[in-house]
Amino acid sequence: MTHGFSRHRRTRTSVAVFSAFEADLIRSLAGQLVELLRNENAAPQAEDELERMLDFSGPTAEPEDPVLARLFPTAYPEDEEAAGEFRRFTEGTLRDGKAAAAAAVIDSLEAAGLRDVDPDDDTQPTEVEVELDTAAARTWLRSLTDMRLAIGTRLEIRDGDEGDWEDLPDDDPRRPVHDIYSWLGFLQETLVDSISR
Amino acid sequence: MGAVSTSPVELEEPEVDEVTSLAKPWVTIVWNDPINLMSYVTYVFQTYFGYSKSKASKLMMEVHQDGRSVVSTGSREEMERDVQAMHEYGLWATMQKDD
Repeated sequence: MTHGFSRHRRTRTSVAVFSAFEADLIRSLAGQLVELLRNENAAPQAEDELERMLDFSGPTAEPEDPVLARLFPTAYPEDEEAAGEFRRFTEGTLRDGKAAAAAAVIDSLEAAGLRDVDPDDDTQPTEVEVELDTAAARTWLRSLTDMRLAIGTRLEIRDGDEGDWEDLPDDDPRRPVHDIYSWLGFLQETLVDSISR
Repeated sequence: MGAVSTSPVELEEPEVDEVTSLAKPWVTIVWNDPINLMSYVTYVFQTYFGYSKSKASKLMMEVHQDGRSVVSTGSREEMERDVQAMHEYGLWATMQKDD
């Protein structure tokens, strides 16, 4: 199991060694994030088809999916009109930025040697060493945050609920998901630490 | 760039309080959320706003303990930029007129 990121003094980079399983897990989560951000209809739902096709502006209403609502919070809680305008001008850009960050995470893993998962492929490396310069580390930090926000919102994480998760029975389906959530938190903590030195 | 010789010019100092209250009527607020790590929130305040480690930590603790903190003050346009940046970093931020 990975020890997380550490600072490489000579190259001034953040380095982590993942097992192929761990690297593939991060790639899969990043892939799901890209899909969520690109597939969910980001354009307003006009009644008329012609109107819908001609409407190139962004959405004005808060997303219904709680994960998207958390990724794109309402900027003006007490002013619906201003909130709609803000969303129309920012949500598209924010979606593109988050999708690009997740795609960059996948690229770093694949550039470090991670292959497509194929049980007949015995050339998959057993370890994947990821080396991030400061800019890449910042991109990873943002994307790890998005992954944790997505999973944490689905799990309905609350302040001070750590004990409840430990008490979950072994066969509770949320248990492995919470383990992944905690593991991403550990990774992020080590990555923040590695670039703050 | 060419070299330009300048001589110091005496400027009358404006009344700071008045100018500040006119120019900075909006605030960006970051709200506590149960997911973001304390270290990450501090890192964001340092990186984006350029705050010192101690100021960033103080604001993070306000968010954590009081549920919210005003992290920047400025014009409406400036605050819209800050809120958008906070959303880019995954922080839960809103803006409003300073009261």
